Amino acid sequence: MRSAKSRARTALRSGGRAFVLSFEALAGSAVLFVLSLLSFTLIMLGLGLVTTPKLTEAVRKHADRRRLLAAKWSDIRIPTPYRPFPKDVRDGFTGQVERTTLILKDPATWRDLRWLLLDMTAGFVLLVFCWALLVYPVEGLVLAAGLWRVFEDDAYWYAFVPVDSQATGLAAAALGVVLLLGGVWASKPLLRLHFVLARSVLAPTQEELAQRIDRLTETRHEAVDTAASELRRIERDLHDGAQARLVAMGMNLGTIEALVEKDPAQAKRMLAMARASSAEALTELRDLVRGIHPPVLAERGLGDAVKALALRLPVASEVTVELSGRAEAPVESAAYFAVSEVLTNTVKHAGADRLWVDVHHSEGMLRISVTDNGRGGAAIGTGSGLGGIERRLGTFDGVLAVSSPAGGPTMVTMEIPCALS
Amino acid sequence: MRVVLAEDLFLLRDGLVRMLEAYDFEIAAAVESGPELAKALAELRPDVAVVDVRLPPSHTDEGLQCALTARRDRPGLPVLVLSQHVEQLYARELLADGNGGIGYLLKDRVFDADQFIDAVRRVAAGGTAMDPQVISQLLSRRSVDEPMGALTPREREVMELMAQGRSNVAIAAQMVVTERAVAKHTSNIFGKLGLPVSDDDNRRVLAVLAYLDRG
Repeated sequence: MRSAKSRARTALRSGGRAFVLSFEALAGSAVLFVLSLLSFTLIMLGLGLVTTPKLTEAVRKHADRRRLLAAKWSDIRIPTPYRPFPKDVRDGFTGQVERTTLILKDPATWRDLRWLLLDMTAGFVLLVFCWALLVYPVEGLVLAAGLWRVFEDDAYWYAFVPVDSQATGLAAAALGVVLLLGGVWASKPLLRLHFVLARSVLAPTQEELAQRIDRLTETRHEAVDTAASELRRIERDLHDGAQARLVAMGMNLGTIEALVEKDPAQAKRMLAMARASSAEALTELRDLVRGIHPPVLAERGLGDAVKALALRLPVASEVTVELSGRAEAPVESAAYFAVSEVLTNTVKHAGADRLWVDVHHSEGMLRISVTDNGRGGAAIGTGSGLGGIERRLGTFDGVLAVSSPAGGPTMVTMEIPCALS
Repeated sequence: MRVVLAEDLFLLRDGLVRMLEAYDFEIAAAVESGPELAKALAELRPDVAVVDVRLPPSHTDEGLQCALTARRDRPGLPVLVLSQHVEQLYARELLADGNGGIGYLLKDRVFDADQFIDAVRRVAAGGTAMDPQVISQLLSRRSVDEPMGALTPREREVMELMAQGRSNVAIAAQMVVTERAVAKHTSNIFGKLGLPVSDDDNRRVLAVLAYLDRG
């Protein structure tokens, strides 16, 4: 008795939820689907650039609500696969273009769109079944209770039962009871099925996950290779540079020891040589350290390190930094060297006389952009060194984007997901 | 002259103490960490401080920060900063208050005792001692800019030495010219840089500052 009661309550609850959700599915999804299509179409006209980011945000909210309900009501977890969405890219037109491009590039956007279509059709039907199976039997009971009299002359079809007498009315009631039992039994699984359906479209596909694994494997290999060749370079530099100079210095000092009384003048000359050797060894070590972990980066972090970098450029530069803390050392280092390479590239190839560097962190994403007023025409993968930077950032799941129309200006944007501390 | 010395490497600290003492400086304190340095600067009020940029406990730019804080509390406190590397960024921060009495040198410069002691004395007297590396970075960067392009090669040479903090006498000796020739060059430089001609000692600091500020 108790279990039947709780069963009925569960069924009613599921039915009620499905009832509410069915309106959301039909009205919400249909409206958003149509508006999204319209907005994408209007991108060509420019208007879509304004509406698309806003609309996508609404779609994502809509989908997120469904995710929340799925977890709450049926314990089905649907992962949120959106790429970090920059809210404060930039103001004005360029910002809108950038945002829209980011949205269109995210596979989740297209998945959401497919889901909207499915949600307002199959998803909706499932929900209607879920609550109708509980509501429809009521009609059968009411028919049996006396409503059949209204249809004495003209049979009323209750499902497949033509109701026109008390007998058929009772048959309808019997069918109603069967349906009700079915509804009580099925409403929870049906609601669950609705969420499973949503998950099947909204969750990242196996293929995407496989792609990601491939990419991780690739970047790991690259990271290991880079680290190994870096170590070899350091070893070589030490061996040929500082180490050799120190050996020479030791030899000089030995000779000086022997000469100091016999030939003080010669000893003095050699002392001067030894001192010069030590100074050179120091310079080499300093350069080496700068190549491994730049001192300003170690002392002050990314912001000031980039500022110091810009000060050494032969081109007038403006650096703005908005960082509330420091990233982890490997990320800082990767970002620094990436910026350094981009700046070197710019100075070498862009023919610019001004450049702007912007470093900021928001919503778990470190964003660095380098803009110059040069001649443009830079591209990734034309042996321009930009490919190397891309690989370097790839190790940290970072991305590089280059916008460089012929005639300029060039804008290189780097993004690395990371937390500040 | 009383010196506070901050350097975390024992060998270098010991060497500096010996060297300074040999040149008749009085070592008021030789410390090895940031907090100790801050305390020594506040309590002992030395005539000059010789400070390593990187100090414990953080091993970042603790020494530099200590020096900057101390100079805020006591404007013009002469500080000679030593570092394993020199950065324009730090040079700019040190010179920013325009009070002089600032030195910023590579640690290697200690090898040449005479030059190093000369730098300490200059800083203690309120002058500047900038590392040639900072200056050459500045000059190479400015070479494409106005008004640096307006300087003749000879004037640039003078500018370089002047920016390091050398006096006219020292510059004349190094370039093997008369003091009057140097004076002529410097007044030309000031003219081209648009610095008002005055007898102010800090005019040379201003010349360096003018460069740093333009960056």
